[in-house]
Amino acid sequence: MTQQASGEVAAHPPYLYPDYKSTRLRAPDKPLTIVPRTLTELTGPAYGRGRPGSLDHDLTRQHGGEPLGERIIVHGRLLDGDGRPVRDSLVEIWQANAAGRYTHAGDRHPAPLDPNFSGAGRCLTDDEGRYRFVTIKPGAYPWKNHHNAWRPAHIHFSLFGPAFRTRLITQMYFPGDPLFEFDPIFQSVGDPKAQQRMISSFDLEATEPEWALAYNFDIILEGRVATPMEH
Amino acid sequence: MTLPPTPSQTIGPFFHNALPYEGGDRLVPTGDPDALRIVGTVIDGAEEPVSDALVEIWQANRAGRYRHPEDRRDDLPLEEGFTGFGRCPTDAEGRFEFLTIKPGPVPGPDGETLQAPHIAVSVFARGLLRRVVTRIYFPDEEEANAADPLLSSIEDAGQRSTLIAGQLDGGYHFDIRLQGEDQTVFLDV
Repeated sequence: MTQQASGEVAAHPPYLYPDYKSTRLRAPDKPLTIVPRTLTELTGPAYGRGRPGSLDHDLTRQHGGEPLGERIIVHGRLLDGDGRPVRDSLVEIWQANAAGRYTHAGDRHPAPLDPNFSGAGRCLTDDEGRYRFVTIKPGAYPWKNHHNAWRPAHIHFSLFGPAFRTRLITQMYFPGDPLFEFDPIFQSVGDPKAQQRMISSFDLEATEPEWALAYNFDIILEGRVATPMEH
Repeated sequence: MTLPPTPSQTIGPFFHNALPYEGGDRLVPTGDPDALRIVGTVIDGAEEPVSDALVEIWQANRAGRYRHPEDRRDDLPLEEGFTGFGRCPTDAEGRFEFLTIKPGPVPGPDGETLQAPHIAVSVFARGLLRRVVTRIYFPDEEEANAADPLLSSIEDAGQRSTLIAGQLDGGYHFDIRLQGEDQTVFLDV
């Protein structure tokens, strides 16, 4: 759990959330050990495999034809806890197709695969911490957590941020989805304000006429902490 | 003013076509004379292997320097081609493997006294709503380990030992137990 000033509600979900059944055997059951912050925590990897290619941000142009579904722009800013832009930072996303099917061999949901959609993208944030993807809106999909369980439509996001300690994997949701109240993964975040931070907002200004709706999703990483050298 | 962070969510089981990449588990070329293997298994609370986890490592180079602007110790060299980052999905037996080198020691919280050599580890998986974070320390660094601030802060010797790798031919062995009596020590960073 994140250390919080007294009175603040934790932003992150707990490890154990029994309604999400997989957590029952995977959540650590001993308290975390606090590690004093050193260069290990305050430095971190940059690009992983190297800088993204020029079309890696566009999930609709990775095959011979265009994928089926609603074309959308997903964009926003990557910020640290002090509201400062996180520049030149790798953002990786992956998602199901418009029918709610992943290309992953483990997804046996009987919805069609789209030969023009593999559902993975990468880009770097710019000088203002902005990132931008073009993709199609993913469908909701059923999973076996409980009877008639469906995940709300979502896009998986992986962020490095400036340091090992800022590393974050999360999911972006879409406004007005009726499935939120029934989804234990979404509901594992208890604070309603924190839940709102996982939901993108429809962005008419960035919507491109005759072409694609836009959704804005700002991502806030853990705040910056002074290194020992700065004291 | 501090902005509250975006909450973590599970990585889920379908990341394999997106996150792992060719050579992600090799931090050095196979011919490197100092190359060593770090192998291990991710295990759940029922002692079953976790075959859908993603393990990432972050470490300094041989000289103990991180490839990152916060590490300004210019007297220590950077290594061409060495990023210090590794990423490896677990296989059907819950196994992960990295090819890397032993990192040099880096300073601790006071900015001067050295910590024992270690590798920072993140594990993501279905069933983990947040990553778990741990460190790999080395069995052949007894003196340094005895003086390490993090290891010294763990009172229980059994728990402390979960952070120390076992010796292997050509490398080290480090299992990650997510839950239960022998759970690996996880860190709050």
